[in-house]
Amino acid sequence: MLVVLWGAATLAFLALQLVPGDPVDTILGVDAQVGEQTRDRVREELGLGLPAWLRYLQYLGGLLVGDLGTSYQARQPVAEVIGSAVAPTLQLAAAALGLAVLLALIGTVLSRGALRGVVSAVELVAASTPTFWSGLLLITVFSFGLGWFPVIATRDASSLVLPALTLAIPVAAILGQVLREGLDAAAAEPFALTVRARGAGPLRLLGHTLRHAGVGTLALAGYLLGSLLGGAVLVETVFGRAGLGRMVLTAILNRDLPVVMALVVLSGLVFAVLSQVADLGARALDPRLRDGTSG
Amino acid sequence: MSAVVPGARRALVLPRWRPGAVPALIAAIVLALLLLAALWPSLIAPGSPTATDARAGTLPPDSAHWFGTDRSGRDVFTRVVHGAGASLGLGLGATGLALVAGGLLGALAGLAPRRVDGVLARAVDVLMALPEFLVALLLIAILGPGTGSVLVAVALAAVPAYARVARVRTQQLARSAFVESALVLGQRPWKRVLRHVLPNLLGPLLTMAALGLGTAIVSAAGLGFLGLGATPPAPEWGVLLSEGRNLLGTAWWVAVFPGAAITVSVVCASVLGRWLGGRR
Repeated sequence: MLVVLWGAATLAFLALQLVPGDPVDTILGVDAQVGEQTRDRVREELGLGLPAWLRYLQYLGGLLVGDLGTSYQARQPVAEVIGSAVAPTLQLAAAALGLAVLLALIGTVLSRGALRGVVSAVELVAASTPTFWSGLLLITVFSFGLGWFPVIATRDASSLVLPALTLAIPVAAILGQVLREGLDAAAAEPFALTVRARGAGPLRLLGHTLRHAGVGTLALAGYLLGSLLGGAVLVETVFGRAGLGRMVLTAILNRDLPVVMALVVLSGLVFAVLSQVADLGARALDPRLRDGTSG
Repeated sequence: MSAVVPGARRALVLPRWRPGAVPALIAAIVLALLLLAALWPSLIAPGSPTATDARAGTLPPDSAHWFGTDRSGRDVFTRVVHGAGASLGLGLGATGLALVAGGLLGALAGLAPRRVDGVLARAVDVLMALPEFLVALLLIAILGPGTGSVLVAVALAAVPAYARVARVRTQQLARSAFVESALVLGQRPWKRVLRHVLPNLLGPLLTMAALGLGTAIVSAAGLGFLGLGATPPAPEWGVLLSEGRNLLGTAWWVAVFPGAAITVSVVCASVLGRWLGGRR
Protein backbone atom coordinates (compact mmCIF):
# COMPACT_ATOMS: atom_id res chain seq x y z
CA MET A 1 0.00 0.00 0.00
CA LEU A 2 2.80 2.40 0.90
CA VAL A 3 4.62 1.43 -2.29
CA VAL A 4 1.65 2.53 -4.34
CA LEU A 5 1.56 5.87 -2.55
CA TRP A 6 5.29 6.43 -2.87
CA GLY A 7 5.13 5.42 -6.53
CA ALA A 8 2.28 7.79 -7.23
CA ALA A 9 4.13 10.63 -5.49
CA THR A 10 7.33 9.89 -7.42
CA LEU A 11 5.43 9.72 -10.69
CA ALA A 12 3.81 13.05 -9.93
CA PHE A 13 7.16 14.61 -9.06
CA LEU A 14 8.74 13.26 -12.24
CA ALA A 15 5.84 14.68 -14.22
CA LEU A 16 6.50 18.08 -12.72
CA GLN A 17 10.16 17.86 -13.75
CA LEU A 18 9.25 16.89 -17.29
CA VAL A 19 6.93 19.78 -17.94
CA PRO A 20 8.60 22.16 -20.35
CA GLY A 21 8.65 25.87 -19.63
CA ASP A 22 9.37 27.93 -16.58
CA PRO A 23 6.93 27.57 -13.67
CA VAL A 24 7.52 31.24 -12.95
CA ASP A 25 5.77 32.04 -16.24
CA THR A 26 2.77 30.03 -15.07
CA ILE A 27 2.67 31.85 -11.77
CA LEU A 28 3.12 35.38 -13.02
CA GLY A 29 1.58 34.93 -16.45
CA VAL A 30 3.66 34.68 -19.60
CA ASP A 31 3.24 38.34 -20.52
CA ALA A 32 3.87 39.68 -17.03
CA GLN A 33 6.02 42.81 -17.18
CA VAL A 34 8.31 42.03 -14.29
CA GLY A 35 12.00 42.41 -13.83
CA GLU A 36 14.44 39.58 -13.43
CA GLN A 37 14.56 40.44 -9.72
CA THR A 38 10.92 39.61 -9.11
CA ARG A 39 11.26 36.38 -11.02
CA ASP A 40 14.25 35.40 -8.91
CA ARG A 41 12.30 36.17 -5.75
CA VAL A 42 9.40 33.94 -6.82
CA ARG A 43 11.84 31.21 -7.77
CA GLU A 44 13.47 31.42 -4.38
CA GLU A 45 10.13 31.40 -2.56
CA LEU A 46 9.28 28.12 -4.25
CA GLY A 47 12.74 26.71 -3.77
CA LEU A 48 13.09 26.16 -7.49
CA GLY A 49 16.78 26.95 -7.38
CA LEU A 50 17.55 23.89 -5.30
CA PRO A 51 18.74 20.68 -6.92
CA ALA A 52 16.03 18.23 -7.97
CA TRP A 53 16.85 15.50 -5.45
CA LEU A 54 16.58 17.96 -2.57
CA ARG A 55 13.23 19.22 -3.81
CA TYR A 56 12.11 15.61 -4.18
CA LEU A 57 12.96 14.91 -0.54
CA GLN A 58 11.28 18.14 0.53
CA TYR A 59 8.22 17.16 -1.47
CA LEU A 60 8.03 13.67 0.07
CA GLY A 61 8.59 15.15 3.52
CA GLY A 62 5.79 17.61 2.90
CA LEU A 63 3.45 14.81 1.86
CA LEU A 64 4.17 12.96 5.10
CA VAL A 65 2.85 15.87 7.12
CA GLY A 66 -0.03 16.45 4.73
CA ASP A 67 1.49 19.36 2.83
CA LEU A 68 0.56 19.00 -0.83
CA GLY A 69 2.34 22.13 -2.02
CA THR A 70 1.08 25.47 -3.27
CA SER A 71 -1.09 26.04 -6.31
CA TYR A 72 0.67 28.16 -8.94
CA GLN A 73 -2.57 29.71 -10.04
CA ALA A 74 -4.48 30.32 -6.83
CA ARG A 75 -1.38 31.01 -4.72
CA GLN A 76 -3.07 28.96 -1.99
CA PRO A 77 -2.12 25.65 -0.41
CA VAL A 78 -3.25 22.86 -2.73
CA ALA A 79 -5.01 21.13 0.16
CA GLU A 80 -7.34 24.14 0.50
CA VAL A 81 -7.97 24.34 -3.23
CA ILE A 82 -8.86 20.66 -3.36
CA GLY A 83 -10.85 20.77 -0.16
CA SER A 84 -13.15 23.39 -1.63
CA ALA A 85 -13.96 21.20 -4.62
CA VAL A 86 -14.20 17.80 -3.01
CA ALA A 87 -17.77 17.91 -1.67
CA PRO A 88 -19.72 18.12 -4.96
CA THR A 89 -17.63 15.35 -6.53
CA LEU A 90 -18.07 13.09 -3.51
CA GLN A 91 -21.82 13.71 -3.66
CA LEU A 92 -21.84 12.87 -7.34
CA ALA A 93 -19.70 9.76 -6.99
CA ALA A 94 -21.67 8.45 -3.99
CA ALA A 95 -25.01 9.00 -5.72
CA ALA A 96 -23.68 7.36 -8.88
CA LEU A 97 -22.32 4.36 -6.99
CA GLY A 98 -25.63 3.85 -5.18
CA LEU A 99 -27.56 4.08 -8.44
CA ALA A 100 -25.12 1.73 -10.17
CA VAL A 101 -25.46 -0.96 -7.50
CA LEU A 102 -29.25 -0.62 -7.66
CA LEU A 103 -29.29 -0.87 -11.48
CA ALA A 104 -26.88 -3.82 -11.45
CA LEU A 105 -29.07 -5.69 -8.97
CA ILE A 106 -32.20 -4.97 -11.00
CA GLY A 107 -30.42 -6.24 -14.10
CA THR A 108 -29.32 -9.37 -12.26
CA VAL A 109 -32.84 -10.15 -11.07
CA LEU A 110 -34.30 -9.50 -14.52
CA SER A 111 -31.70 -11.70 -16.20
CA ARG A 112 -32.89 -14.68 -14.11
CA GLY A 113 -35.90 -14.92 -16.40
CA ALA A 114 -36.37 -14.91 -20.14
CA LEU A 115 -34.84 -11.47 -20.49
CA ARG A 116 -31.27 -12.73 -20.17
CA GLY A 117 -30.24 -11.92 -23.73
CA VAL A 118 -31.85 -8.50 -23.58
CA VAL A 119 -30.14 -7.64 -20.31
CA SER A 120 -26.72 -8.63 -21.56
CA ALA A 121 -27.20 -6.66 -24.78
CA VAL A 122 -28.27 -3.60 -22.80
CA GLU A 123 -25.25 -4.04 -20.55
CA LEU A 124 -22.94 -4.19 -23.56
CA VAL A 125 -24.31 -0.97 -25.02
CA ALA A 126 -24.33 0.73 -21.61
CA ALA A 127 -20.71 -0.21 -20.98
CA SER A 128 -19.73 1.09 -24.42
CA THR A 129 -21.55 4.42 -24.32
CA PRO A 130 -19.23 7.29 -23.48
CA THR A 131 -20.52 9.31 -20.53
CA PHE A 132 -20.06 12.57 -22.40
CA TRP A 133 -22.62 11.35 -24.90
CA SER A 134 -25.15 9.66 -22.63
CA GLY A 135 -25.10 12.80 -20.49
CA LEU A 136 -25.95 14.97 -23.48
CA LEU A 137 -28.73 12.54 -24.46
CA LEU A 138 -30.21 12.65 -20.96
CA ILE A 139 -30.10 16.47 -20.99
CA THR A 140 -31.79 16.54 -24.40
CA VAL A 141 -34.61 14.25 -23.35
CA PHE A 142 -35.21 15.08 -19.70
CA SER A 143 -34.16 18.73 -19.47
CA PHE A 144 -34.97 20.21 -22.87
CA GLY A 145 -37.60 17.69 -23.96
CA LEU A 146 -39.59 16.92 -20.83
CA GLY A 147 -38.34 19.72 -18.59
CA TRP A 148 -38.12 17.42 -15.54
CA PHE A 149 -34.65 18.45 -14.44
CA PRO A 150 -32.73 21.74 -14.62
CA VAL A 151 -30.31 22.15 -17.55
CA ILE A 152 -27.58 23.81 -15.56
CA ALA A 153 -26.34 22.83 -12.13
CA THR A 154 -28.12 24.43 -9.20
CA ARG A 155 -27.88 23.84 -5.47
CA ASP A 156 -31.07 21.84 -5.75
CA ALA A 157 -30.85 18.07 -5.31
CA SER A 158 -32.76 17.60 -8.56
CA SER A 159 -29.72 18.78 -10.51
CA LEU A 160 -27.77 15.83 -9.14
CA VAL A 161 -30.07 13.23 -10.72
CA LEU A 162 -28.92 13.37 -14.34
CA PRO A 163 -25.16 13.62 -13.68
CA ALA A 164 -25.32 10.75 -11.19
CA LEU A 165 -27.33 8.64 -13.63
CA THR A 166 -24.85 9.42 -16.43
CA LEU A 167 -21.92 8.37 -14.29
CA ALA A 168 -23.78 5.30 -13.02
CA ILE A 169 -24.70 3.79 -16.40
CA PRO A 170 -21.30 2.34 -17.45
CA VAL A 171 -20.43 1.40 -13.87
CA ALA A 172 -23.73 -0.45 -13.48
CA ALA A 173 -23.10 -2.33 -16.72
CA ILE A 174 -19.68 -3.60 -15.65
CA LEU A 175 -20.91 -4.36 -12.15
CA GLY A 176 -23.87 -6.26 -13.56
CA GLN A 177 -21.73 -8.35 -15.89
CA VAL A 178 -19.31 -9.38 -13.17
CA LEU A 179 -22.08 -10.02 -10.67
CA ARG A 180 -23.97 -12.21 -13.12
CA GLU A 181 -20.89 -14.22 -14.04
CA GLY A 182 -20.13 -14.68 -10.34
CA LEU A 183 -23.68 -15.81 -9.62
CA ASP A 184 -23.64 -18.30 -12.49
CA ALA A 185 -20.32 -19.72 -11.34
CA ALA A 186 -21.58 -20.05 -7.77
CA ALA A 187 -24.86 -21.62 -8.90
CA ALA A 188 -22.89 -24.32 -10.74
CA GLU A 189 -21.01 -25.36 -7.61
CA PRO A 190 -21.99 -28.42 -5.57
CA PHE A 191 -23.13 -26.38 -2.57
CA ALA A 192 -25.81 -24.74 -4.70
CA LEU A 193 -27.16 -28.17 -5.53
CA THR A 194 -27.22 -28.99 -1.82
CA VAL A 195 -29.13 -25.81 -1.09
CA ARG A 196 -31.64 -26.60 -3.82
CA ALA A 197 -31.94 -30.19 -2.62
CA ARG A 198 -32.95 -28.85 0.78
CA GLY A 199 -35.91 -27.31 -1.02
CA ALA A 200 -34.78 -23.69 -1.21
CA GLY A 201 -36.44 -21.53 -3.86
CA PRO A 202 -34.56 -19.32 -6.30
CA LEU A 203 -34.61 -16.40 -3.87
CA ARG A 204 -33.07 -18.41 -1.01
CA LEU A 205 -30.47 -19.71 -3.42
CA LEU A 206 -29.68 -16.15 -4.49
CA GLY A 207 -29.04 -15.34 -0.85
CA HIS A 208 -26.33 -17.99 -0.84
CA THR A 209 -24.77 -17.37 -4.24
CA LEU A 210 -24.79 -13.59 -3.85
CA ARG A 211 -22.23 -13.95 -1.11
CA HIS A 212 -19.93 -15.85 -3.46
CA ALA A 213 -20.43 -13.42 -6.31
CA GLY A 214 -19.79 -10.53 -3.94
CA VAL A 215 -16.16 -11.57 -3.46
CA GLY A 216 -15.44 -11.28 -7.17
CA THR A 217 -17.32 -8.01 -7.38
CA LEU A 218 -15.26 -6.52 -4.56
CA ALA A 219 -12.14 -7.08 -6.65
CA LEU A 220 -13.61 -4.51 -9.02
CA ALA A 221 -13.51 -1.77 -6.39
CA GLY A 222 -10.34 -0.20 -7.79
CA TYR A 223 -11.66 -0.26 -11.32
CA LEU A 224 -14.93 1.29 -10.21
CA LEU A 225 -13.11 4.06 -8.38
CA GLY A 226 -11.23 4.80 -11.60
CA SER A 227 -14.43 4.98 -13.63
CA LEU A 228 -16.03 7.25 -11.08
CA LEU A 229 -13.05 9.62 -10.74
CA GLY A 230 -12.12 9.62 -14.42
CA GLY A 231 -15.77 9.87 -15.37
CA ALA A 232 -16.25 12.81 -13.03
CA VAL A 233 -13.96 14.96 -15.20
CA LEU A 234 -16.20 14.40 -18.21
CA VAL A 235 -19.57 14.38 -16.44
CA GLU A 236 -18.81 17.58 -14.59
CA THR A 237 -17.87 19.23 -17.86
CA VAL A 238 -21.03 17.98 -19.59
CA PHE A 239 -23.29 19.29 -16.85
CA GLY A 240 -21.25 22.37 -15.95
CA ARG A 241 -20.95 21.22 -12.33
CA ALA A 242 -18.19 22.42 -10.04
CA GLY A 243 -15.97 19.76 -8.50
CA LEU A 244 -12.67 17.93 -8.55
CA GLY A 245 -13.02 16.92 -12.19
CA ARG A 246 -13.47 20.47 -13.37
CA MET A 247 -10.64 21.55 -11.13
CA VAL A 248 -8.19 19.07 -12.58
CA LEU A 249 -9.16 20.14 -16.09
CA THR A 250 -8.61 23.81 -15.29
CA ALA A 251 -5.32 22.95 -13.61
CA ILE A 252 -4.16 21.06 -16.70
CA LEU A 253 -5.13 23.86 -19.06
CA ASN A 254 -3.37 26.41 -16.85
CA ARG A 255 -0.38 24.14 -16.27
CA ASP A 256 -0.99 24.36 -12.53
CA LEU A 257 1.02 21.22 -11.91
CA PRO A 258 1.02 21.13 -8.09
CA VAL A 259 -2.77 20.71 -8.16
CA VAL A 260 -2.58 17.96 -10.79
CA MET A 261 0.16 16.18 -8.84
CA ALA A 262 -1.78 16.36 -5.62
CA LEU A 263 -4.77 14.77 -7.32
CA VAL A 264 -2.61 11.95 -8.65
CA VAL A 265 -1.23 11.30 -5.16
CA LEU A 266 -4.71 11.49 -3.64
CA SER A 267 -6.18 9.07 -6.12
CA GLY A 268 -3.31 6.70 -5.39
CA LEU A 269 -4.13 7.04 -1.69
CA VAL A 270 -7.82 6.40 -2.21
CA PHE A 271 -7.02 3.38 -4.36
CA ALA A 272 -4.66 1.94 -1.77
CA VAL A 273 -7.15 2.41 1.05
CA LEU A 274 -9.95 1.00 -1.06
CA SER A 275 -7.97 -2.13 -1.96
CA GLN A 276 -7.36 -2.76 1.73
CA VAL A 277 -11.03 -2.27 2.52
CA ALA A 278 -12.01 -4.53 -0.38
CA ASP A 279 -9.58 -7.13 0.92
CA LEU A 280 -11.12 -7.00 4.36
CA GLY A 281 -14.58 -7.16 2.81
CA ALA A 282 -13.60 -10.24 0.81
CA ARG A 283 -12.31 -11.89 3.99
CA ALA A 284 -15.54 -11.10 5.76
CA LEU A 285 -17.53 -12.67 2.93
CA ASP A 286 -15.31 -15.65 2.26
CA PRO A 287 -14.04 -17.60 5.29
CA ARG A 288 -11.56 -19.48 3.09
CA LEU A 289 -9.53 -16.30 2.66
CA ARG A 290 -9.20 -15.78 6.42
CA ASP A 291 -6.79 -18.49 7.46
CA GLY A 292 -4.50 -18.03 4.49
CA THR A 293 -5.23 -21.46 3.00
CA SER A 294 -7.14 -20.55 -0.10
CA GLY A 295 -9.49 -23.28 -1.21
CA MET B 1 2.37 -29.36 -33.08
CA SER B 2 -0.14 -27.46 -31.02
CA ALA B 3 -1.77 -30.74 -30.10
CA VAL B 4 1.45 -31.85 -28.48
CA VAL B 5 2.61 -28.74 -26.68
CA PRO B 6 -0.06 -26.79 -24.81
CA GLY B 7 0.22 -23.07 -25.33
CA ALA B 8 2.20 -23.45 -28.52
CA ARG B 9 1.81 -21.08 -31.42
CA ARG B 10 -1.77 -20.34 -32.26
CA ALA B 11 -1.38 -16.63 -32.40
CA LEU B 12 -3.43 -15.68 -35.41
CA VAL B 13 -5.86 -18.56 -35.65
CA LEU B 14 -9.42 -17.26 -35.53
CA PRO B 15 -12.08 -19.10 -33.52
CA ARG B 16 -13.99 -21.67 -35.56
CA TRP B 17 -17.10 -20.49 -37.33
CA ARG B 18 -20.37 -21.11 -35.48
CA PRO B 19 -23.88 -19.68 -35.84
CA GLY B 20 -23.28 -17.86 -32.53
CA ALA B 21 -20.70 -15.72 -34.30
CA VAL B 22 -23.35 -13.72 -36.20
CA PRO B 23 -23.05 -10.67 -33.90
CA ALA B 24 -19.29 -10.76 -34.36
CA LEU B 25 -19.74 -10.89 -38.13
CA ILE B 26 -22.09 -7.92 -38.08
CA ALA B 27 -19.65 -6.04 -35.85
CA ALA B 28 -16.82 -6.81 -38.26
CA ILE B 29 -18.85 -5.53 -41.22
CA VAL B 30 -19.77 -2.30 -39.41
CA LEU B 31 -16.16 -1.78 -38.39
CA ALA B 32 -15.06 -2.36 -41.98
CA LEU B 33 -17.53 0.33 -43.13
CA LEU B 34 -16.21 2.69 -40.46
CA LEU B 35 -12.66 1.96 -41.59
CA LEU B 36 -13.71 2.74 -45.15
CA ALA B 37 -15.04 6.08 -43.91
CA ALA B 38 -11.77 6.64 -42.06
CA LEU B 39 -9.57 5.89 -45.06
CA TRP B 40 -11.62 7.33 -47.92
CA PRO B 41 -14.26 9.62 -46.39
CA SER B 42 -15.02 11.31 -49.72
CA LEU B 43 -16.34 8.02 -51.12
CA ILE B 44 -19.19 8.11 -48.62
CA ALA B 45 -19.62 11.85 -48.09
CA PRO B 46 -18.28 13.79 -51.08
CA GLY B 47 -18.83 17.28 -49.62
CA SER B 48 -16.33 19.26 -47.59
CA PRO B 49 -16.56 18.78 -43.81
CA THR B 50 -15.69 22.40 -43.15
CA ALA B 51 -17.69 24.14 -45.89
CA THR B 52 -20.12 26.58 -44.27
CA ASP B 53 -23.46 27.69 -45.69
CA ALA B 54 -25.00 30.67 -43.95
CA ARG B 55 -28.47 29.98 -45.39
CA ALA B 56 -28.57 26.40 -44.14
CA GLY B 57 -27.79 26.86 -40.43
CA THR B 58 -29.15 24.39 -37.80
CA LEU B 59 -31.41 22.49 -40.21
CA PRO B 60 -32.96 19.33 -38.76
CA PRO B 61 -32.18 16.00 -40.46
CA ASP B 62 -33.87 15.55 -43.85
CA SER B 63 -33.14 13.89 -47.19
CA ALA B 64 -30.55 16.52 -48.19
CA HIS B 65 -28.77 16.57 -44.82
CA TRP B 66 -29.16 13.12 -43.25
CA PHE B 67 -27.84 14.23 -39.88
CA GLY B 68 -28.91 17.90 -40.20
CA THR B 69 -26.58 20.89 -40.20
CA ASP B 70 -24.82 22.79 -37.43
CA ARG B 71 -24.98 26.49 -36.65
CA SER B 72 -22.75 27.56 -39.52
CA GLY B 73 -24.55 25.30 -41.97
CA ARG B 74 -21.95 22.53 -42.09
CA ASP B 75 -23.40 19.12 -42.91
CA VAL B 76 -23.22 16.95 -39.78
CA PHE B 77 -23.20 13.67 -41.75
CA THR B 78 -20.18 14.82 -43.76
CA ARG B 79 -18.43 15.91 -40.59
CA VAL B 80 -19.11 12.62 -38.82
CA VAL B 81 -17.83 10.62 -41.81
CA HIS B 82 -14.72 12.75 -42.13
CA GLY B 83 -14.20 12.58 -38.36
CA ALA B 84 -13.87 8.80 -38.50
CA GLY B 85 -10.29 9.14 -39.71
CA ALA B 86 -9.18 11.21 -36.75
CA SER B 87 -11.14 9.32 -34.09
CA LEU B 88 -10.57 5.76 -35.26
CA GLY B 89 -7.01 6.65 -36.23
CA LEU B 90 -6.34 7.86 -32.70
CA GLY B 91 -7.97 4.77 -31.22
CA LEU B 92 -6.17 2.31 -33.49
CA GLY B 93 -2.86 4.18 -33.31
CA ALA B 94 -2.92 4.42 -29.53
CA THR B 95 -3.94 0.78 -29.17
CA GLY B 96 -1.19 -0.34 -31.56
CA LEU B 97 1.43 1.72 -29.76
CA ALA B 98 0.31 0.45 -26.38
CA LEU B 99 0.32 -3.15 -27.62
CA VAL B 100 3.84 -2.96 -29.00
CA ALA B 101 5.31 -0.98 -26.12
CA GLY B 102 3.47 -2.94 -23.43
CA GLY B 103 4.21 -6.27 -25.10
CA LEU B 104 7.92 -5.58 -25.37
CA LEU B 105 8.14 -4.16 -21.87
CA GLY B 106 6.26 -7.13 -20.43
CA ALA B 107 8.34 -9.65 -22.37
CA LEU B 108 11.55 -7.99 -21.21
CA ALA B 109 10.37 -7.90 -17.61
CA GLY B 110 9.33 -11.53 -17.80
CA LEU B 111 12.75 -12.61 -19.05
CA ALA B 112 14.85 -10.15 -17.05
CA PRO B 113 16.72 -11.08 -13.86
CA ARG B 114 14.44 -11.22 -10.87
CA ARG B 115 15.48 -7.87 -9.43
CA VAL B 116 14.83 -5.92 -12.64
CA ASP B 117 11.55 -7.76 -13.09
CA GLY B 118 10.52 -6.88 -9.54
CA VAL B 119 11.09 -3.16 -10.09
CA LEU B 120 9.21 -3.18 -13.40
CA ALA B 121 6.33 -5.19 -11.96
CA ARG B 122 5.94 -2.78 -9.04
CA ALA B 123 6.05 0.20 -11.42
CA VAL B 124 3.25 -1.37 -13.44
CA ASP B 125 1.29 -2.00 -10.24
CA VAL B 126 1.56 1.67 -9.30
CA LEU B 127 0.42 2.80 -12.74
CA MET B 128 -2.47 0.33 -12.67
CA ALA B 129 -3.54 1.86 -9.37
CA LEU B 130 -4.29 5.15 -11.11
CA PRO B 131 -7.38 5.49 -13.27
CA GLU B 132 -6.36 5.24 -16.93
CA PHE B 133 -8.12 8.45 -17.83
CA LEU B 134 -6.35 10.32 -15.04
CA VAL B 135 -2.96 9.06 -16.28
CA ALA B 136 -3.86 10.26 -19.77
CA LEU B 137 -4.83 13.66 -18.33
CA LEU B 138 -1.54 13.87 -16.42
CA LEU B 139 0.36 13.09 -19.62
CA ILE B 140 -1.58 15.78 -21.48
CA ALA B 141 -0.58 18.18 -18.72
CA ILE B 142 3.05 17.34 -19.46
CA LEU B 143 2.84 17.23 -23.24
CA GLY B 144 0.39 20.09 -23.71
CA PRO B 145 -2.89 19.79 -25.66
CA GLY B 146 -2.97 18.57 -29.26
CA THR B 147 -3.78 15.53 -31.39
CA GLY B 148 -0.28 14.08 -31.06
CA SER B 149 -0.39 14.43 -27.28
CA VAL B 150 -3.75 12.65 -27.18
CA LEU B 151 -2.29 9.74 -29.16
CA VAL B 152 0.72 9.40 -26.88
CA ALA B 153 -1.27 9.97 -23.68
CA VAL B 154 -3.95 7.38 -24.46
CA ALA B 155 -1.30 4.89 -25.59
CA LEU B 156 0.95 5.31 -22.55
CA ALA B 157 -2.00 5.14 -20.18
CA ALA B 158 -2.86 1.72 -21.60
CA VAL B 159 0.71 0.35 -21.64
CA PRO B 160 0.70 -1.03 -18.05
CA ALA B 161 -2.29 -3.30 -18.73
CA TYR B 162 -0.60 -4.87 -21.77
CA ALA B 163 2.73 -5.10 -19.99
CA ARG B 164 1.15 -6.99 -17.11
CA VAL B 165 -0.46 -9.60 -19.36
CA ALA B 166 2.69 -9.93 -21.50
CA ARG B 167 4.87 -10.39 -18.43
CA VAL B 168 2.80 -13.18 -16.92
CA ARG B 169 2.45 -14.93 -20.25
CA THR B 170 6.20 -14.64 -20.94
CA GLN B 171 7.01 -16.21 -17.61
CA GLN B 172 4.68 -19.10 -18.38
CA LEU B 173 6.21 -19.49 -21.82
CA ALA B 174 9.77 -19.35 -20.55
CA ARG B 175 9.01 -22.33 -18.34
CA SER B 176 7.13 -24.27 -21.01
CA ALA B 177 8.53 -27.38 -22.59
CA PHE B 178 8.99 -26.13 -26.13
CA VAL B 179 11.00 -23.08 -25.07
CA GLU B 180 13.13 -25.28 -22.87
CA SER B 181 13.75 -27.68 -25.72
CA ALA B 182 14.86 -24.73 -27.86
CA LEU B 183 17.29 -23.94 -25.07
CA VAL B 184 18.53 -27.50 -25.02
CA LEU B 185 18.92 -27.48 -28.78
CA GLY B 186 21.28 -24.58 -28.32
CA GLN B 187 19.20 -21.81 -29.85
CA ARG B 188 20.54 -18.34 -29.13
CA PRO B 189 18.58 -16.34 -26.51
CA TRP B 190 17.48 -13.54 -28.84
CA LYS B 191 16.34 -16.01 -31.42
CA ARG B 192 14.42 -17.90 -28.79
CA VAL B 193 12.60 -14.71 -27.84
CA LEU B 194 11.87 -13.74 -31.42
CA ARG B 195 10.89 -17.19 -32.57
CA HIS B 196 9.03 -18.63 -29.59
CA VAL B 197 8.07 -16.01 -27.04
CA LEU B 198 6.89 -13.00 -29.03
CA PRO B 199 4.69 -14.90 -31.52
CA ASN B 200 2.96 -16.63 -28.64
CA LEU B 201 2.36 -13.32 -26.89
CA LEU B 202 0.58 -11.96 -29.91
CA GLY B 203 -2.62 -13.97 -29.48
CA PRO B 204 -3.57 -12.86 -25.96
CA LEU B 205 -2.39 -9.31 -26.62
CA LEU B 206 -4.41 -9.00 -29.82
CA THR B 207 -7.53 -10.19 -28.00
CA MET B 208 -6.85 -7.60 -25.34
CA ALA B 209 -6.29 -4.96 -27.99
CA ALA B 210 -9.66 -5.65 -29.60
CA LEU B 211 -11.30 -4.95 -26.25
CA GLY B 212 -8.93 -2.06 -25.51
CA LEU B 213 -9.68 -0.41 -28.85
CA GLY B 214 -13.08 0.68 -27.54
CA THR B 215 -11.57 2.22 -24.43
CA ALA B 216 -8.94 4.00 -26.52
CA ILE B 217 -11.56 5.45 -28.87
CA VAL B 218 -13.64 6.70 -25.93
CA SER B 219 -10.62 8.15 -24.11
CA ALA B 220 -9.37 9.94 -27.22
CA ALA B 221 -12.81 11.33 -27.98
CA GLY B 222 -13.20 12.30 -24.33
CA LEU B 223 -9.96 14.28 -24.41
CA GLY B 224 -11.14 15.88 -27.65
CA PHE B 225 -14.46 16.72 -25.97
CA LEU B 226 -12.59 18.40 -23.12
CA GLY B 227 -10.77 20.58 -25.65
CA LEU B 228 -7.39 18.91 -25.12
CA GLY B 229 -7.11 17.31 -28.56
CA ALA B 230 -7.85 18.43 -32.11
CA THR B 231 -8.62 22.10 -32.65
CA PRO B 232 -12.27 22.93 -33.41
CA PRO B 233 -12.79 23.28 -37.15
CA ALA B 234 -11.32 19.77 -37.54
CA PRO B 235 -14.09 17.13 -37.56
CA GLU B 236 -12.98 14.85 -34.72
CA TRP B 237 -15.88 13.09 -32.96
CA GLY B 238 -15.07 14.42 -29.50
CA VAL B 239 -14.75 17.96 -30.84
CA LEU B 240 -18.06 17.57 -32.71
CA LEU B 241 -19.75 16.54 -29.47
CA SER B 242 -18.43 19.54 -27.58
CA GLU B 243 -19.67 21.82 -30.38
CA GLY B 244 -23.05 20.13 -30.18
CA ARG B 245 -23.22 20.53 -26.41
CA ASN B 246 -23.94 24.25 -26.76
CA LEU B 247 -26.76 23.63 -29.23
CA LEU B 248 -28.61 20.91 -27.30
CA GLY B 249 -31.68 23.07 -26.66
CA THR B 250 -32.11 24.05 -30.30
CA ALA B 251 -30.39 21.39 -32.42
CA TRP B 252 -30.06 17.98 -30.72
CA TRP B 253 -28.80 16.34 -33.90
CA VAL B 254 -25.45 18.14 -33.86
CA ALA B 255 -24.37 16.27 -30.71
CA VAL B 256 -26.40 13.07 -31.02
CA PHE B 257 -24.95 11.69 -34.27
CA PRO B 258 -21.21 12.02 -33.52
CA GLY B 259 -21.83 10.39 -30.14
CA ALA B 260 -23.76 7.58 -31.81
CA ALA B 261 -20.77 7.03 -34.10
CA ILE B 262 -18.49 6.65 -31.08
CA THR B 263 -20.88 4.28 -29.33
CA VAL B 264 -21.39 2.12 -32.43
CA SER B 265 -17.61 1.81 -32.94
CA VAL B 266 -17.07 0.84 -29.33
CA VAL B 267 -19.91 -1.68 -29.25
CA CYS B 268 -18.59 -3.32 -32.43
CA ALA B 269 -15.04 -3.42 -31.09
CA SER B 270 -16.24 -5.04 -27.85
CA VAL B 271 -18.38 -7.64 -29.64
CA LEU B 272 -15.46 -8.56 -31.88
CA GLY B 273 -13.03 -8.55 -28.98
CA ARG B 274 -15.20 -10.85 -26.88
CA TRP B 275 -15.60 -13.24 -29.77
CA LEU B 276 -11.83 -13.32 -30.31
CA GLY B 277 -11.43 -13.83 -26.58
CA GLY B 278 -13.68 -16.85 -26.87
CA ARG B 279 -16.25 -15.65 -24.39
CA ARG B 280 -19.13 -16.06 -26.81
